[in-house]
Amino acid sequence: MADLAPYRAVLASRIRSQRSYRTNFRLDLLSSFLVGLIELAEVWILFFNVDKLGGFTFAQILLVFGMADLSFSIADMVFGHCDGITTYIRMGTLDVFYLRPQPLLLQLISSDISLRRLTRAAVGLVTLGIGLSINDIDWSLSSITLLVMSQISGIAIFSALFVCAAGVQFFLINGAEMTNAFVYGGRYAASQPAAVWNRPLKVIFGFFFPMAFTAYLPALHLLGLTGPEWLPAWLAWCTPLAALWMWVCAGLSWRVGVRHYQGGGG
Amino acid sequence: MSLRLSPYYRLLMAGIRQQSTYRLAALGGLVANVTFGFLKVAVLFATVDAAGGELNGYDIGAMSAYIWLSQGLLGSINLSGRSDLANRIKEGDVAVDFLRPLSVQGAAIAQEVGGSIWSLVPRGIPSVAMGALTVGMTMPTTVLPYVLGLLSLLLGITLGATAVYVVATFGFWLIETRGVQILYMVISGFFAGLFVPIDLFPDWLRILAEATPFPAMMMYPVDILSGRADGPESFVLIAAQVGWLALTWFIGHLLTRAGRHKLEVQGG
Repeated sequence: MADLAPYRAVLASRIRSQRSYRTNFRLDLLSSFLVGLIELAEVWILFFNVDKLGGFTFAQILLVFGMADLSFSIADMVFGHCDGITTYIRMGTLDVFYLRPQPLLLQLISSDISLRRLTRAAVGLVTLGIGLSINDIDWSLSSITLLVMSQISGIAIFSALFVCAAGVQFFLINGAEMTNAFVYGGRYAASQPAAVWNRPLKVIFGFFFPMAFTAYLPALHLLGLTGPEWLPAWLAWCTPLAALWMWVCAGLSWRVGVRHYQGGGG
Repeated sequence: MSLRLSPYYRLLMAGIRQQSTYRLAALGGLVANVTFGFLKVAVLFATVDAAGGELNGYDIGAMSAYIWLSQGLLGSINLSGRSDLANRIKEGDVAVDFLRPLSVQGAAIAQEVGGSIWSLVPRGIPSVAMGALTVGMTMPTTVLPYVLGLLSLLLGITLGATAVYVVATFGFWLIETRGVQILYMVISGFFAGLFVPIDLFPDWLRILAEATPFPAMMMYPVDILSGRADGPESFVLIAAQVGWLALTWFIGHLLTRAGRHKLEVQGG
């Protein structure tokens, strides 16, 4: 474990540094909490206008939202700052990372850990708790296994999405906004009742970026619903496969990106 | 001094040039806009359908116009709270800006507005065209809404820039403003009607939104361009935009002056 010591030291220093601008850190915590709350409000407003959407009631969608948001915010805490790579590339400071004898991606991940996102994960966790308690769920070993498995796979899927986006940045240079939109679009997709999607969306966010696997499919299964065309509830058991697929994409994107990188000069 | 030689005009043009350099990024932004647009189409059309085909004056065609116009404006109206100035304040480079015979506020806003106007070309117009071609949308058939809409759009873009400038000036006191910036991003997008039109909000929440400048950045131009706001109503919305613009500009001005003193105390 000795070779992990440098990462631990770096992470500890990052955590200290975040707390040094105190007002900013408190605002960070508050805004992360508000991010979670407002995302929930977006969903609630739709259900304020109609009773059911894509076959889900508001109580049922809470389960989808909670699962998606908890996975997303944990992935965001660890991998979310990978979008900072655009700044490193443009400023030429990425080259410094190459000089160190550690893998580039690991350095990038450990360059920051965003404690501020804890409050957002809390919103996801509380929503999930409410979603699990107010819905009629048939609790058994299999449903608990499914829940735990999909949460872990969900975190893996979103983490891979961040790495995918970072790899693409080597080509786009100034494209953080685009990849952000994809990552946040992915999160948005993940908390929707996927039954409302048309076929192209089912292909893109059901399977290519397997967002439906992070929350919608597991929720269908837990609630004992059957699911729409192309997205039957039994697919919920395939979330680890979806995570594996997403990491294959992430690996490819990162490798191709790093190979493409030619340095910032200087 | 003629307009062409004005340094602010040149900064506006520089903003356009800077944005137009990153073509691949603009294409990426367009792809993201459109993808997000289709997700909104799925969930908002389903909501209108579930409400029986009409919801607070939105039928499918009007909802489509809202979705694609707001997606089109996404690249132009700064709802992210990020700005170059915030970095310059953090790094201390702003001290140099104060030495120039230019208003720091005017310069920062001119450059930001330039970049935003450019974004309409590779991102705004194609997003709207894509939506119109694939999903279809209900748009006005007379000229006036487009003329007023264009004016409202320019006001919205400028208002976005003046508000983001205010956010950046907090840096004189906070140094690191990422917290404020994210707070701004979250609240501005929601109240500007980026995810759901504010007419679908419950009354209390809509009133709360109207008490902020954010609907004036995006919702008002979209309402005017799509013909949702009729003639007289358009003028009211535009007047509100001008009011918000003056207010945010004034606050930015006050904060700049106070911030400059703070900077001198720190050793500028």
